[in-house]
This record gives sequence, C-alpha cells and structure tokens, in this order.
Amino acid sequence: MPESTFLDSTELVLNMGPQHPSTHGVLRVILKLDGEKVLGTDCVIGYLHRGVEKIAENRTYAQFNPYVDRMDYVAAISNGLGYCLAIEKLLNVEAPPRAQAVRVILTELNRIASHLVWLGTHALDIGAITPVFYCFREREEALKIFENYCGARLTTHAFRIGGLQYETYDGFEKEVLAFCDMFLPKVDEYEELLTNNRIWAGRLKHVGVLNAEECKEYGVTGPVLRAAGVKWDLRKAQPYSGYQQYDFEIPTCENGDTYDRYTVRIEEMRQSARIMRQAVEKLAAGPIMAKVPKVIKPPVGEVYVSIEAPKGELGYYVVSDGTTQPYRVRVRPPSFVNLQALGRMVAGGLVADVVAIIGTLDIVLGEVDR
Amino acid sequence: MANLLRKIFLADLFQGLWVTFRNQNPKYIYTEQYPAERPKVAERYRGAPRLNINPDNDETLCISCNLCAVACPENLIVVGWERNEQTKRKDLTTFTYDTSRCMFCGLCEDACPVDALELTQDFEMASYTRDGQIWDREMLEHGPAPKAYRS
Repeated sequence: MPESTFLDSTELVLNMGPQHPSTHGVLRVILKLDGEKVLGTDCVIGYLHRGVEKIAENRTYAQFNPYVDRMDYVAAISNGLGYCLAIEKLLNVEAPPRAQAVRVILTELNRIASHLVWLGTHALDIGAITPVFYCFREREEALKIFENYCGARLTTHAFRIGGLQYETYDGFEKEVLAFCDMFLPKVDEYEELLTNNRIWAGRLKHVGVLNAEECKEYGVTGPVLRAAGVKWDLRKAQPYSGYQQYDFEIPTCENGDTYDRYTVRIEEMRQSARIMRQAVEKLAAGPIMAKVPKVIKPPVGEVYVSIEAPKGELGYYVVSDGTTQPYRVRVRPPSFVNLQALGRMVAGGLVADVVAIIGTLDIVLGEVDR
Repeated sequence: MANLLRKIFLADLFQGLWVTFRNQNPKYIYTEQYPAERPKVAERYRGAPRLNINPDNDETLCISCNLCAVACPENLIVVGWERNEQTKRKDLTTFTYDTSRCMFCGLCEDACPVDALELTQDFEMASYTRDGQIWDREMLEHGPAPKAYRS
C-alpha cells in the first residue's frame, strides 16, 4: 500500500468493499486513485475466516470431509475430491475404477457449474445482464444431477475416503449424456452473446494483462496461467483419479489479458463435456469403495496432493501423527494465490477495470479466507 | 471492408439481440411458483431428520447404540437411554437433534446400523425461536408439519 497522503488532494484513497456486489464476497480492496487511474491497491481479506484448518485438527478424517465443501462452495465436489485423494494417499489405498470414473464425471460437471457461475457474474460485472440468467439456467441442470446423486446441490459431500458412499442412481449415465448434448449448443449461445460484442471486447481486451513470467512469479495457476500461454494442467501433468485415460486438450491463449481468460474458460467447459462423455462410456460395473477400515487411522506421515480445481491448483497438505485426527491440514487454495496478482494486474488501469479484473480472477472468498 | 460494414450495421449487437429474442419463447420458462407449486426434491435429498418407528407396533427402531452421535462432526445429537433389566437391552428415553447446528452431511444416517435415523425429503424447517430448532424425540418421530400454502 502506498503511503496515504491526506493533505495531497490529487490522491484519493477509496475503500471498495467489503460489502460490494462486484467483489464476489467479502473482499475489501483499498484503492489509491488519481482521478480514474489506479495508483495502487491493497487487499484486506479475512472477513469470511472460519478457521477450517484448525477445525480439521479437532475432527476425525471422515468428519472433516463435509467441511472442505464449504471452502470453495461453487466447486464443492472438486474440494472433496482433493481431500479424499490426499487421505487415500496417506492410507495407501486407491479408489476402484468405477468410483474413479464417477468422480471424474461429477468433478467435470462441477467444473462446468463453477465456470458458469463465473461467466454469469463476470458478465454481470461488465454490464451484460443476460448471460447470468442463461448460465444459471444450465447450472440448474448440473445441480439437479448432483441432487439426484447425493442429495445436496451445493455443499454436496459426494465422495468418501476410499471411494463413494452412494451408487449412481437409475438413469445417471443418460442424464449426464443428455446434459452434454444440451450444453454444447448453449456454450455457442454464450459466445454469440459475448465473443464478438464490441462492448465486451472493448472492456476486456488488453485489460489486466499478466504474462507468463509474472504468472510464474506469483504462483498463479489455472485458467489465469493458461491464458498467458503456459500449457500447465495438473490433469495432464500429474494425472489423478484416472485422468490419463481420457482424451482432452488444454486450451491456451497468448496475451494473458481478461479476454483470453474468458476464451480459455469457455473452451474448458467444452473440454469438460468431452471428458464426461468418455467417462460415461468407461463406466463399468464394479465395487465403489476400496477396503478402508471403519475407523481411519493413517500411519505417521505427511502427504501433499494437488488437483486441478476449476480455479487452479488446489492442494492439501495433511500431516498424520497416527491418531484418528489429523495433526495438521493445510490447504493451498487457488483463489488465495491468484488474488495476489490483483495488485499487479490493476496497477495503471482504470477504476472500472478493477471490477473486471476481480471478476476474471474467479475468486471465491470462502476459499481465500478458509 | 466486411469488418467495417459489420461495425457500421451493428452486426455484433443484433447477433446478441437475436439470442435474447429466441429465448423469449414461453416454453423456456424455468420459474417455479414456489409456495403454490411445491418443488419435487430428489429421492436422496438430505433434509429434515427423522427417527423411524416400526409401523407394526409403534416402537422406535433406534437401539440407542450412540453411533450417530459419535459420527456427527458437530456433536449435535444426544441420545439418552436406560438399561432394561428384563431384556438386558438399552431402551431409548430421549433423543435430541439440534438442527440449528446441522449441516446435513448425512454422516449420522450412514452410521446408523438399523436405518432408524434418516434425513428425509422435508425441507421446510424454519422456526420462530432458537429452541424450536432443537428437535426432541417426538418431533423427530412425527416430523415437521409445515403449512402447505396454495395459490
């Protein structure tokens, strides 16, 4: 934060948030302005801190599972997958193939749902009101599949350590395929609305540029990194849950501006639908739960497992002291790390761009603060 | 040249307007008229808890094993029992379930060995008081009775 100068009338310190519709939660951004120009920013976080990592130390491994859904609540299933994979690695078990395929289907469906929330709210921030209704309409279909599968729409608690608690319901495969068929034309519809629109392009192109070098310096991952031209996706780089069997591409762009991040995420939704189709074909009968003891007592040790969540690399570092409760759980949330780049992306821009840049980072404050 | 013409004639804007126009069709209406039209929740929906009773003899299915209370991450279930001297079994006396702290994760339902505790499809659990959110055995056995509004 640059020093505040109360007597210098040319500079203005403005609080954006914590109660602001465009900060996507309770984020407070202190803007130092010279007219419309942003000279510096300072993020104040912690308004949604619930101490999830500390809660983990007082819960058994299975009991902590529902809490991880409450970090990135628009992509709860990805959070659950990361946690389950971490504990499975600690226990040295692997989920059976059928469980892995169902996990992939639901995680990719969740990626689509998360990107739809992002697209709708981002467009709303820029001033396009229509996309949010269309996005939420399609998201509703995805949430219906979650509800039918595990009984909850948002904080799903869908996976258990070692596999799945619930077998798929009758017509699960058909509904997922129907969703894919329905969804792809809808993505074209969003593109029709936005991609060529002059206001959309004018507000997003060359705004919030973050090149590949800067991305790596800040540790930024996910679509923000791929928009800068780095072909890095953990689903390809360190495949987990059977992702190596599926054929899909990593969409990348070159400029690393807000428009490219939009393009990358739109293409990622198409790729997710492609993965879901393949996973439904691979869905064979079999057990859904590995041999995991009722009382989970992992051996002494520590693991770090990271997955490609919709927002970037989501990592879980779990330390076990051999008891039924974890000694320490540390989460590496993608939103928190990506938020660091905000200052760099905003500097020199205009106030109106701040809203666009916060939107393009796709942060969820539940995950930033934990 | 083509680009210039597209720009002058606002082709990109009309493209977007055409999408919104297409979606005006009344068959795309998604709105649910909630109090009048009740949503159909999924079969596996995790809603209001219920303590099942045996329909044949109106006795509770609960065997007071306390596994649900142990499984609960929020420690919101309290099971009370007393030892029956004749059968040497535990008889359920009280069962308290604090729905104000519940996050409906379903771990208690998974832990129950006799399918006595169940999360049902009831979703209207609002109450005017905090105490009203703490459900006792009678409330759990009979379930909430929300008023069904009609249009």
